[in-house]
Amino acid sequence: MTTETEYQHPLMAAYWKQLDTRFPQVEEVFEDCMAEALAVLTRAGLDAYLEAARVIGKLGRGVEPMLAFMEAWPSTAKAVGESALPAVMVLIQRMQKSPNGRAIAPFLQTLAPVARRLKAQELLQDYLDITLNFMERTTGSIHGHHTTFPSPGLPEFFAQAPNLLSQLTLAGLKNWVEYGIRNYRTHPERQKDYFSLQSADSRAVLQRERHGTLLVDVERKLDMYLRGLWRDSDHLVPYSTAFDEIRKPIPYYDKLGIRLPDVYDDADNVSGLDRYRAVLAHIVGHRRWSEAQVADNWSPFQRMAVEFFEDCRIETLLIREYPGLRKLFLALHPEPLETSCDPETTSCLRHRMTMLSRALLDPDHGYVDADLNDFVARFHAVMAQGTSSMQEIASLALSYVARTRRQSDQFARVHFDNTVVDYRDDNRQLWKFIEAGDEEDAFDEERKIEPGEEIRGLPPRHYPEWDYSSQTYRPDWASVYEALHPSGNPADIDRLLQKHSALAKQLKKMLDLLKPQDKVRIRYQEEGSELDLDVAIRSLIDFKGGATPDPRINMSHKTSGRDITVMLLLDLSESLNKKAAGSDQTILELSQEAVSLLAWAIEKLGDPFAIAGFHSNTRHDVRYLHIKGYGEHFNDDVKARLAAMEAGYSTRMGAAMRHAAHYLAARPADKKLMLILTDGRSSDVDAHDERLLIEDARQAVKELDRQDIFPYCISLDPKADEYVGDIFGRQFTVIDHIERLPERLPQLFMALTK
Amino acid sequence: MIENEVSVEANVSEVNVKQSGHNYKDQYKIHQEPFYQQQRNEVQLYEAAYRSRLPVMVKGPTGCGKSRFVEYMAWKLNKPLITVACNEDMTASDLVGRYLLEANGTRWLDGPLTTAARLGAICYLDEIVEARQDTTVVIHPLTDHRRTLPLDKKGELIHAHPDFQLVISYNPGYQSLMKDLKQSTKQRFTAFDFDYPNAELETQIVAKETGMDAALVAKLVKIGGVARNLKGHGLDEGISTRLLVYAATLIKDGVEPRDACRMAMVRPITDDADIRETLDHAIDATFA
Ligand SMILES: Nc1ncnc2c1ncn2[C@@H]1O[C@H](COP(=O)(O)OP(=O)(O)O)[C@@H](O)[C@H]1O
Ligand SMILES: [Mg+2]
Repeated sequence: MTTETEYQHPLMAAYWKQLDTRFPQVEEVFEDCMAEALAVLTRAGLDAYLEAARVIGKLGRGVEPMLAFMEAWPSTAKAVGESALPAVMVLIQRMQKSPNGRAIAPFLQTLAPVARRLKAQELLQDYLDITLNFMERTTGSIHGHHTTFPSPGLPEFFAQAPNLLSQLTLAGLKNWVEYGIRNYRTHPERQKDYFSLQSADSRAVLQRERHGTLLVDVERKLDMYLRGLWRDSDHLVPYSTAFDEIRKPIPYYDKLGIRLPDVYDDADNVSGLDRYRAVLAHIVGHRRWSEAQVADNWSPFQRMAVEFFEDCRIETLLIREYPGLRKLFLALHPEPLETSCDPETTSCLRHRMTMLSRALLDPDHGYVDADLNDFVARFHAVMAQGTSSMQEIASLALSYVARTRRQSDQFARVHFDNTVVDYRDDNRQLWKFIEAGDEEDAFDEERKIEPGEEIRGLPPRHYPEWDYSSQTYRPDWASVYEALHPSGNPADIDRLLQKHSALAKQLKKMLDLLKPQDKVRIRYQEEGSELDLDVAIRSLIDFKGGATPDPRINMSHKTSGRDITVMLLLDLSESLNKKAAGSDQTILELSQEAVSLLAWAIEKLGDPFAIAGFHSNTRHDVRYLHIKGYGEHFNDDVKARLAAMEAGYSTRMGAAMRHAAHYLAARPADKKLMLILTDGRSSDVDAHDERLLIEDARQAVKELDRQDIFPYCISLDPKADEYVGDIFGRQFTVIDHIERLPERLPQLFMALTK
Repeated sequence: MIENEVSVEANVSEVNVKQSGHNYKDQYKIHQEPFYQQQRNEVQLYEAAYRSRLPVMVKGPTGCGKSRFVEYMAWKLNKPLITVACNEDMTASDLVGRYLLEANGTRWLDGPLTTAARLGAICYLDEIVEARQDTTVVIHPLTDHRRTLPLDKKGELIHAHPDFQLVISYNPGYQSLMKDLKQSTKQRFTAFDFDYPNAELETQIVAKETGMDAALVAKLVKIGGVARNLKGHGLDEGISTRLLVYAATLIKDGVEPRDACRMAMVRPITDDADIRETLDHAIDATFA
């Protein structure tokens, strides 16, 4: 037994202690698991991880469950979020209390691939529910015995789960499981065969359930569709259609992203992929052209009519952009018969609206109703003027409702058949409700330096600022105060580096390629230090043969030194405190990791480099914080400063760049690179005109260019395309998936200096 | 490395120029007006630069009309044009000239730069950053007030012909510190910043260039825009005006528009299946 394990790092030792285990097999994998866990879990998540592992280790089921958990959890948490842990632990406890304790290890062994496939916590919960239901119904009921027999199929099922989910949606999985339970609940052997995909009917049901286009499989294509065709982008978040039996979820979008079903079957000759595209196009239309209206004054009927008209308005505009969309929309849009709803007995409002909607998009609709045709004509007349507006189209909708109103619209029996346009979203963004509280007032909070928090250090340096409206510089406009960045605990940075040790290993390989070889031979020189015999002989032969010889018969050597000096300038403004989209970490934390790795990489390469951060609170107070100087190595002092990185205030980029250039220009080097890492546009509290500081930053870039400094911006703002090109020309990259910044930043640097 | 306007073998020797300069000059003239659609006022600005014989740099992504512009200006000014496509293996001698060995001795052969300086041509160094820096420095003395070119090996100092002008082009989109032009070189040029024209103008250009119907060309331009939106998200460069011209040309020749777009605009720029499918979809969505 190796109880007195000694971990080099005190933190690691503490973690190990927390686990409270004596399994040598766990010890073997411990460091690897921790490296991964440190990379994806928060501090609280890490504690929960260790605690859960400890509990699982004490279940009395040997080392397997604990090992499986240790290995599975970090990547599971990465896929669906660490807050899924309690739900997982609940299931484990249920298994432990039932005769199915031996299935815990198989469950944990496939948890990570299952989570990676499902990608959303809600979906994982559905999976756990399916599992629990399966377990309860197949445990102990064999031939009417007491509940002492474990479920025969459960371990087999876990083994198959990743394979099944790579082909089925959760709804499909649920059906497949259901079939197995119903038919083989009381036949242990056959149940095993079914759930291990051995039996013929098991495979047949799988085939039957397997259909459609899964969102996870086409996500990248959809992302490109949004960007390429619509200059839009957002997170695409799947929901499952399998579990809400009463009210099927409808696509929608909100601050967190665009919500879409996890699968689309082909429908009416439209592929699943195209159905996703239709939804996205429709949502883009709203995002571009719809302006939310106050809902309070309108009846539900009126709102419904407005929604139909507005949906048609934006679709008309979308079709103007891409005429091919008409065919796609019409293929998916229902086409109710004019006679299919009886207004004497049924509320026909939906039916009327759906027909109208069809007619507004389909020139060959063939409906004869006079009101309908009148409003189709009025709609087209309005649209012929331009884009119209939601407000204008709403008034058309209201007069339509008024004109066609019927007593029976109030009937409880509503005609629903063939009235759902399923590529349309639920339109929640179209309305605002006054009672819901005035959230608008919340911003504009005061940003002031707290009293006592004084600016220490050197007297300020003054820099000019570009006023684009007059095309002149405002002299000595921005005051830059510089100071040494405060220090924290360098071990935090070591921990981050350790967390990315796998990545570091990869980077190392690339770095080796970049490292200057000492001497390179340059062949084919007319003048050189030595005769290149091969070439000389060839030339001579040509000459003797009467052909024109190649005169470049010498070669020379040169030391191909990399002579690059780098300045890394970090935006440390308030907005970095936000959580990065699709991640548990803040942008600041991710930047910190990325910068640590980059610093490590550049140090390995041996290029001289400096790091500084900046933020501002009006032009009178731009702060420039030294994190690493050219003279320093990437040592504990530097790491301590990096560890203390904090975000606050605004982004006066131009002033910071000029000040950084002041240092970089003074360096003797052939190539000078200034990397600017930022998450937003240049702005400050005292600059009310948005363009002002953008134009100033652009001017600063021109100044850098004149000083032979190559500026390059790495932007973390998904909306950066709107302005970053104005500032940096082509010298920028927008990182779409911020959580990948630690990986991308060093790669970018290497690509730039290759 | 040297485009059709001049090839190494067909190079003019000094003697020849003296004897029959006019003929040779003529050979580099552009006799037919090339079609060039002005984007802003670059034609007037270029003329002004030429009046003072200021060296000119044309920046912009590939296939946006840089070469066409220079060609047009040479025609408009009625000056010979000598174009050199630069590359990494090019040496200073490839620009300036060299001695050739012959059965009974050696013979000097002017390089294209020297030829241009003697003749009074516009010398266009295309994609200058492709050449190594020790090669590009030879142009420096031609770019300042001296307007001279020393032929060190030959022991001759050429004073450039009064009509001579130097033009370079480069694509700043390489996004590499290494392929950036040295400030000491940049500082010698007046510069034009080119980019793909806006949709309306690009439509006009491609329509005029190919004689295709503007409504159809507008669709090609739209698809080009889709690819340009994906730049930096899987694509290094979007679809160039040149590729749009290719597509329109194919369509003119009877190729089905969708096929022509795929062949001329999508396949050349990417092997990424997802991007390809997205662009293919854009084609279908545009050609309803
Ligand atoms: N402004 C323009 N006027 C006329 N043709 C243009 C223009 N811009 C681009 N083109 C077309 O695009 C093609 C590519 O342009 P080119 O000058 O060769 O590009 P570059 O030199 O920038 O790589 C030309 O052959 C021409 O057909
Ligand atoms: Mg809608």
